[in-house]
Amino acid sequence: MTAPADVTAALQSKFPQVTSRPSGDHPAFNVPASEVIAALKYLRDEFAYDFLVDITAVDWSADASPRFTVIWHLFSTTNHGYVRLASDCASDTEPVAPTATDLWPAANWHERETYDLLGVKFEKHPDLRRILMWDEYPYHPLRKDFPLAGIEVPLHDPEVAALTGASGKPAPMMGGPFVASSGEMNLTDAEPRAKDESWTESQVKPVSE
Amino acid sequence: MVTANTELAYNTKIEGDIVVTKADAVINWLRSSSVWPMPMGLACCAIELMAVGASRFDISRFGAEVMRFSPRQADCMIVAGTVTYKMAPHVRRVYDQMAEPKWVIAMGACASSGGMYRSYATLQGVDQIIPVDVYISGCPPRPEALLDALIKLQAKIGTERSAKTLLASA
Repeated sequence: MTAPADVTAALQSKFPQVTSRPSGDHPAFNVPASEVIAALKYLRDEFAYDFLVDITAVDWSADASPRFTVIWHLFSTTNHGYVRLASDCASDTEPVAPTATDLWPAANWHERETYDLLGVKFEKHPDLRRILMWDEYPYHPLRKDFPLAGIEVPLHDPEVAALTGASGKPAPMMGGPFVASSGEMNLTDAEPRAKDESWTESQVKPVSE
Repeated sequence: MVTANTELAYNTKIEGDIVVTKADAVINWLRSSSVWPMPMGLACCAIELMAVGASRFDISRFGAEVMRFSPRQADCMIVAGTVTYKMAPHVRRVYDQMAEPKWVIAMGACASSGGMYRSYATLQGVDQIIPVDVYISGCPPRPEALLDALIKLQAKIGTERSAKTLLASA
């Protein structure tokens, strides 16, 4: 079983610019973008982190700099340990990161998802296009400046849009989002119950208090 | 299932081998007894749809075991699953390719109203793009719920003015 201390020491001796990142669960490291692919390869080959669990990114906020941080999660199927690598993107407006598809083919779709939802481009990606939204969709939905319900967009097929009159409307939020952690409030009050039909999108909720 | 349109009048003493009835009754009976579904199985509800087609729940009892994946050969499109905005125009195109008479069953919460996905990516109900005849709630609905919807659809078909529509288009 490879203890995190060995990994930390070895990684920092081979890549001196790697620093430990505060993490609640698994060992995590900040890696500069120029070295992240080498670090991933090193972890895969030397420490048996053979399974790429996820590639995602964080948008800190529209005013933060650096705005985007790309995160790689690796897992070792033999040693049963996770490790996380994080790398800030240099540009806040055109975030770019290197692709991991040469190391793991699974990175292809993870990077497409990160591109689709956050707008982070991956250099030398074989097929970087949107995966959930349609190709010409103008926004990146998981960015902090994108509203939760969505923005009204016409359907991408003009014939169908004209025929049906449908469009990509913002989803009805019904007073949501209903977020409550346990202990914070009675969870029965946290969400509208199906039987409570006293209010809908077209009827205002009656003031009970 | 006895409505004004579906009553078959048959009296053996008088007619013998001849059945005297309304054209609507016969046409509706034929159409409702052999609704061939086109499974638009997009997500998890499709698994329950497959279960309905299998032997335990047996949609074949209702004449609907012929799942035709070609819209040209099907009567009823069962939208089973989440319709994303990316997929929505394609669902509409497949619906347009079906020949009349055609019906639509919206199976499950996602197809009926967008379900738990109140988001930028999911169409809030397939009835935004195609006319739906029967909605089924559930996530996923039990196979018996889909059969109940099929029975409701058969009852709905029984009330149609089929002869009038056919003669009008002739």
